[in-house]
Amino acid sequence: MSQPILEMRRVSKSFGALKVADGIDLSVNPGQSLGVIGPNGAGKSTMFNLVAGVLPPDEGHVFFDGADVTGKNMAQRCRDGIGRSYQIPHPFEGMSVFENLLVGARFGGAMPDDEAYAVSMKILTETELLPKANALAGTLSLLERKRLELARALATQPRLLLLDEIAGGLTEAECQSLIATIKGIRDTGVSIIWIEHVTHALLAVVDSLMVLNFGMKIAEGEPREVMESREVREIYMGLDADA
Amino acid sequence: MTDMSVEKPGASVSRATRESKIALPILIVLVVFLAAAPWWAGRADMRLMVEIFYYLVLAQMWNLLAGYAGLVSIGQQAYVGIGGYMLFIGTVFLGVHPLAAVIVAGVAAAILALPSGALLFRLRGPYFAIGAWVLAETFRLIFAQVSALGGGSGMSLPTDIVRSIADGRSAREAVVYWTALGLAVGSVVAVYYLLRSRFGLALTAIRDNEEASGSLGVNAWMTKFSIYIIAAFVTGMTGALIFLQKLRISPDAAFSVNDWTAFVIFMVVIGGIGTIEGPIIGVIVFFVLREFAADWGSWYLILLGTVAIVVMLKAPKGVWGYVAERWGLSILPVARRLDLNSVLDPSRKSRH
Repeated sequence: MSQPILEMRRVSKSFGALKVADGIDLSVNPGQSLGVIGPNGAGKSTMFNLVAGVLPPDEGHVFFDGADVTGKNMAQRCRDGIGRSYQIPHPFEGMSVFENLLVGARFGGAMPDDEAYAVSMKILTETELLPKANALAGTLSLLERKRLELARALATQPRLLLLDEIAGGLTEAECQSLIATIKGIRDTGVSIIWIEHVTHALLAVVDSLMVLNFGMKIAEGEPREVMESREVREIYMGLDADA
Repeated sequence: MTDMSVEKPGASVSRATRESKIALPILIVLVVFLAAAPWWAGRADMRLMVEIFYYLVLAQMWNLLAGYAGLVSIGQQAYVGIGGYMLFIGTVFLGVHPLAAVIVAGVAAAILALPSGALLFRLRGPYFAIGAWVLAETFRLIFAQVSALGGGSGMSLPTDIVRSIADGRSAREAVVYWTALGLAVGSVVAVYYLLRSRFGLALTAIRDNEEASGSLGVNAWMTKFSIYIIAAFVTGMTGALIFLQKLRISPDAAFSVNDWTAFVIFMVVIGGIGTIEGPIIGVIVFFVLREFAADWGSWYLILLGTVAIVVMLKAPKGVWGYVAERWGLSILPVARRLDLNSVLDPSRKSRH
C-alpha cells in the first residue's frame, strides 16, 4: 500500500462556540477521487480551507505526501502540490485568461517562462478555454469562470486537486462537458477531493464518498453504499439525492 | 514576433501592441527633447518641470502601493520627509556630495521602512492607511525635536554645499533638472520592467484578488512588503531631490500630508489607478488644472475636489482606465498575449 497523498489526523476548528470541524480523520491515496457531500453549513468548505492552508486548525495535523504541512501557508502548500478551485470563482479580472493560468504555472508550478507558456496553452486547450485566452477574465461567463478556476488550479501542476462546488449553477449540458473534463484530469492520476451538491455529477467521477455534518465525518465508503446508508437518508430526508 | 508554424510545440507570446510600437520612438524623442530643456527653457519653466517630474515619481510609487499591492497609504510623506532630512544630514554632517546624498537618502528611507513596514503590515485596509499617517506624524515630531536640524523651524542648505552641486546658478539648476528628469524617466522604466517581470505577474494577481493569488502559490505578504520597501527607497530619493531644489527644509514642509500624499492620490485616482499610464496622465491633468486656476486662490482646491468627484462618479477607473477600456489601448503594455492565430486557425489573420 502506497503512502497516502493527504492525511488529516483529528483536525478540529471552531469559530467561537461553533465547531466547524470536529476531529476529522481522513486519508486520500494517490489517484483516488473522493466526493464530499453534506448539508449547507456542514463544514465542507472549512475542510478545504484547512487542507489548503487558508485556516490553521485549532487541533490536529494535516499531512501531504507524508510531510506535516500544518504550519505551512496556502502559497507553500500550493507549491507542494495542493491545487484548489473556489466555490465562488475568484478570477484575476484585470488579467487575461492566459495570464491567470501563468500565475499558477510560474508560482505554484515554479516553472520558467517558456515552460509556463507551453503548459498554460496545453491546459487552455484541455479545458476548452483557448479561444478566450486573451480575453480579460472579468468578461467571462459563469461556465467559463468555473473552467478558469479549474484551469488555473491545474496550471500549478497539483498532485491533489480540491474542487469546491464547481458544477453548481451550470446547465445540464455545461455540467456534462465539465464532468468529461474532470474525468480526463482524474485519469491522468491526479488525486481529487470534490465537494458538490450536484450529486449525479459527483457520482459520475468519484470512487469514494464521504459525508460531513456539523463538522463531523459521519460516513465514508463506496459511493452507492454511502448514498443508500441510513445516515445520509436521515440528513437528506425528504430530498431525492439523485435530483 | 515573426511568423511561426502551427506545429511548433511552444506557445508564442507577444508583449508589444501596435500603439506601443508607435509610441516608443515618440517617447524617446520626447525624453531627448526634455533633456535639452536647459538650452531652450526659461528658469521658471524648468522649476515647474522639476516639480512635475518629482510628482510623477511620487505618483508612480503610490500607484505601485495602492494600485497593485492594495496598500492604500496616507503616510508616504514619511519617506519624502526622511529623504529630505537625509539630504541635509548627509551633506552638512557627513560631508557627502549632494547628488550622492540623494542615493543615501533613498537607502536610509528603505532601511527605516523595514521596521515601519513590519509594524504597519499588522494592520489592514483603513487601519493600515491611518497607521501609516500616524507613523509619518511621529517622524515629523521626532525631526522637530532635533535642534541640530533647526528643530521646528528647520534649516537651510549652507552656501558652500549649494555651490558644491555645480558652479553658478544656471549650472546648478540644470543639474537638479537632469536629476529630476532621470528619476522620473528611471521610475517609469523601472515600474514598466518590474510589472513585466515574474514579480509583476504576482503583483497584478494580488491587485485583482489577493486570496486567489495565495492559492496559486504567490507569497502575497513578501511581494507586498518588497513593494513597500522599493516605494520607500524611491520616495526617499525623491524627497532628497525636492529639498535639493527648495534648498530649505522644515518638519512641516517635509512631512506634509497635503503636498506629498493628498495631491499624489488625486493624480493617481484621476489618471487611472492600477496602470502605468494612469499616473502620468494624472500628473499632467493636475498641473494643467493648477496652472489654469493659479489666480483663483483657494477656489483652486474646490476645482480639484469637483474634478475628483466627477471623475470618480463618471469614470471610476480614471481618465486612462476609461480610454484604455473604450479603445483597447496600451501604450506601455505589460500584458502577455498568446498568439491564437497560429494555434486556432492559421488562415485567419484578424485581430481579436
